[in-house]
Amino acid sequence: MSNSNKRGTVKVINGRYRPDGSFHYNYPNTPIYDEAGKLMGVTNPRDLTHIHAYGGESQFFSSLKDGEIWGTKCENPDCEHTGTVNLPYKIYCPDCLKKAIPVNLTATAIKSATVHTFMVTERTGAFNTLEKPIRFINIEFEGVDTILMSYLFVGEPKVGMRVVPIFRKVEPTFTILDLSWVPLGTSVEKLPNGFSFSK
Amino acid sequence: MITFSQKQLKIPQMSKPVYLVTGGMSKFGRAIPEMRTEELVVDAFTEAADFIKKSPAELKKYIHSCYYGHFADHFGDQLLGEALIHDRLGLDPLGNVGIKTGGATGGSTLWEAFKAVASGYSDCVLAMGWERMDEVPTDEGNNYIACAADKDWETPLGHIYTGYYAVMAQKYWQVFGKSEDSFRKTMAEIAVKNRGYARMNPHAQGPMKITVEDVLKSPVVAYPLRALDCCLMSVGAACAILCDEKTAYELTDNPLLVYVTAGSHTLRVADRRNMEIPLLPNESADQYKDLGERFPGSDRYPGFTGFLAARMAAYYAYGMANIYDPTEDLDLVELHDAFTISDIQTYEDVGIRPYGEGRTYVESGDCYHTNPNTGKPGKLPANLSGGLIGNMHAVGATGIMQAVEVGQHIWGRWAEMHENQKKWDAYGRTKPKDWQNLQVDNAKRGMAISHAGVGSHVTATILVHPDHQLKGRNS
Repeated sequence: MSNSNKRGTVKVINGRYRPDGSFHYNYPNTPIYDEAGKLMGVTNPRDLTHIHAYGGESQFFSSLKDGEIWGTKCENPDCEHTGTVNLPYKIYCPDCLKKAIPVNLTATAIKSATVHTFMVTERTGAFNTLEKPIRFINIEFEGVDTILMSYLFVGEPKVGMRVVPIFRKVEPTFTILDLSWVPLGTSVEKLPNGFSFSK
Repeated sequence: MITFSQKQLKIPQMSKPVYLVTGGMSKFGRAIPEMRTEELVVDAFTEAADFIKKSPAELKKYIHSCYYGHFADHFGDQLLGEALIHDRLGLDPLGNVGIKTGGATGGSTLWEAFKAVASGYSDCVLAMGWERMDEVPTDEGNNYIACAADKDWETPLGHIYTGYYAVMAQKYWQVFGKSEDSFRKTMAEIAVKNRGYARMNPHAQGPMKITVEDVLKSPVVAYPLRALDCCLMSVGAACAILCDEKTAYELTDNPLLVYVTAGSHTLRVADRRNMEIPLLPNESADQYKDLGERFPGSDRYPGFTGFLAARMAAYYAYGMANIYDPTEDLDLVELHDAFTISDIQTYEDVGIRPYGEGRTYVESGDCYHTNPNTGKPGKLPANLSGGLIGNMHAVGATGIMQAVEVGQHIWGRWAEMHENQKKWDAYGRTKPKDWQNLQVDNAKRGMAISHAGVGSHVTATILVHPDHQLKGRNS
């Protein structure tokens, strides 16, 4: 691993991680005193970068930049619940533990996405990158057995509201934040920078 | 899973009965910079030893294995903190293990301790839990808590766990609360009640004398949840000593039978598939046939309105302790009121009220020490400790604190543990002039529910006075 000041990046080469750049930065401790000057403790600052594998879910996160939403379906005829469609994407069917089949749910989402429930918050935890207020929406789809959590980018959410997906195709983050939603009928001019409809 | 085999529904069996002998806790606070975690843990252990008139050193001689609940290593920036505590308690070279199940860590710690005694592995065990949530700023704390959600699919959405409960609150309010303002006020009543009871508890971090209006005007955290709807972020420790019968009666003449069970459900609410409502002993399938007519939109169970994990934990525990109807068979409960909405959801999935009708537990006055509607004792008082909203949520300690509080009522020693002016003084807290003894008269049986995440893990701890065991009615 290099000692350069370049923020760490990683490639996988021959099945192994190949980190490049700096993955951690050290800072000095500072003392913590009370009003009387008694030493109560110290701060322990640090800055580090984790590496994280998407494994079998990679298809979902890599397809968002292409305007696609992928889920999975159990097609094992011997499964007690064969035919179950999962979004969030599940690599294995949780019932029979056979590999589930990836299915493109983009058209299903455009045709049927409906707000199941929602919330609005001005408060976030550290490291949040979404604009506030954040509007969580939980979305149900026809033929899908689960309910996806995401966020509404335009308008105010309501239970039963029809929404359509938008995708961060410009400078994607390759995270769940590349997928957002707007009310059905929203014009392209109202979409946030970098986002566009599926096609 | 959305269907269960008979093997999975087996009521858990023990090879021998297990008893709660004693328990103790430290003071709880948002920040306790003057004390290291080991000092809080020693305080809790010393209180447990004092409770049965033993010295800490004498009590330690009985312990054979140790179970430590400490959820968030990140907060304290210390991996294997359990080992440090074990060393400081001078319990090496006994076997010990750390337990982590999010908000249910305390209950899960009791579960592991319970099984160690029930199996015969140990005759006497220590269950000790703590949390140190003051060593990062609050927004970083919120991020760490949100890291207990799915880091790829949920955490990036605001890094705020309250949001995951707020969507449940919204759905529940619309479906079962029928979008009525009166339902929102009922939620607020829970916050008023629990913060009010916390005023009688010298350990408590968040005592407040407030009104429903105060709750409804408190700052929005994640609409519809407001600041006073939410539990505390805490520092503190709690412990319990569990024993087999012979050892229990060596240590005290008044141990309590204990049963601890656990259930789980998906970490992501998103993954919860529609299923039949698994029935508790006091429920029948017929009673839910018209649920969709009574509550339009209630077509999914558990969806965003129920906690399957709580239902499973209660099912197993009621089977073990022969509880048929918790409202009739129990004398008090401590529930995991992480948020006012989750408190209501839990009433239903542990069978205190039928699914969809949780609000009536509050509105009837049954959940109060003294029913405000009648002036008589509440039928099943809840969270007399102040709960997570008024007392504390030092995660690893919470489920243990709840069980110890229930035990103090059954032992008839609640006032002794909460009235003592020396304890108020030692904790630097002012005892209110209108301090009230919340002892539940003739308490014989009680339950504590410990709960994680949005319902990923739930434990049920039932305490029973040995002279008041119930005979089987659950078949």
